[in-house]
Amino acid sequence: MKQNRTWFFKGIRDGIPIALGYIAVSFTIGIAAKNTGLTAFQAALMSLTNNTSAGEFAALGLIASGASYMEMALTQLIINLRYSLMSAALSQKLSGNTPFFHRPLLAYGVTDEIFGVSIGVDGKLNPFYSYGVISVAAPAWALGTFLGVVTGNILSGQILGALSVALYGMFIAVIIPPARKNKVLAGLIAVSMGASLLFAYLPLVREISAGFRIIILTIVLAGIAAVLFPIKDENAEEKSDGSKNIPVYTCDGSGNLSDPGIAAYSPAQAD
Amino acid sequence: MAVVTYLIRVLPLTLLRKPIKSAFIRSFLYYVPFVTLAVMTFPAILSATVRVWPGLAAFVAAIALAYAGASLLTVSVGACLIVIVIELML
Repeated sequence: MKQNRTWFFKGIRDGIPIALGYIAVSFTIGIAAKNTGLTAFQAALMSLTNNTSAGEFAALGLIASGASYMEMALTQLIINLRYSLMSAALSQKLSGNTPFFHRPLLAYGVTDEIFGVSIGVDGKLNPFYSYGVISVAAPAWALGTFLGVVTGNILSGQILGALSVALYGMFIAVIIPPARKNKVLAGLIAVSMGASLLFAYLPLVREISAGFRIIILTIVLAGIAAVLFPIKDENAEEKSDGSKNIPVYTCDGSGNLSDPGIAAYSPAQAD
Repeated sequence: MAVVTYLIRVLPLTLLRKPIKSAFIRSFLYYVPFVTLAVMTFPAILSATVRVWPGLAAFVAAIALAYAGASLLTVSVGACLIVIVIELML
């Protein structure tokens, strides 16, 4: 029990940068909601029940155009499909003796950011960590939306830009530390960013929406990585899978692959 | 809308309760967050700020801080501060 408490407070601490970024992003959602004709209460309720930035922006567009419930459901399915990949990954991060009721509760908080920090903790995930994060991040998301409707363009674009960078800083803080000890991860991150850049600017593929881009690249690149560099089971009671180049790497980052020759990722590579 | 977004999230979490046996799927799921978060971060961070340069500076600074072992909060706030400083000074 005491452990749950510690995890909860750790979650609150890690939730602060998420909350900062959320206020900035949901503020812009609030502004868009106001333009669509939603009240502050309606907009905040949408944020509180959906927790999805791209999904909510799309929803506002659909509401404005008077789309059907069917169209709304389909759009949300497509835009938010990446969350099911995250949920699947998160399902493996829970210890086998985690009581079942935690799963539907955790599902509420599967956003890019809360998932990011939850999957980044050492070892198995204690659900109370995620609850701590959710307890500051989710209200901030709804509050930002509310304020966006009420106050409109009170914050300058520069301030909003600075705040929203907090979210990307957090993603980087989740993926870089494990990559320090693991060449495969460092390479995978560099390749992912490079591919993402190509998809964002090359003709034709840049027409693909951001949501789909994430799904396509995740499935293709994580799939290739899984074929080329399968990971070893941590709780190995395993059949030998006969592969010789298994990086000895465990999810808690304490793998003994202490290779000093890891190429530090430089952003120039991705340009 | 809320129902669909919740179902997408809750089904994999509740249906996949046992550790997955397949080494391929396990490896795949292990790599998923790294690819997803990397793809979401870059180049999106460049268009988060009004101009490109502050975003790029924040990107480089966040990687350097994270590589040096700074905490989540430090990396995040550091990236924000870089943007504010550059936006105000240049």
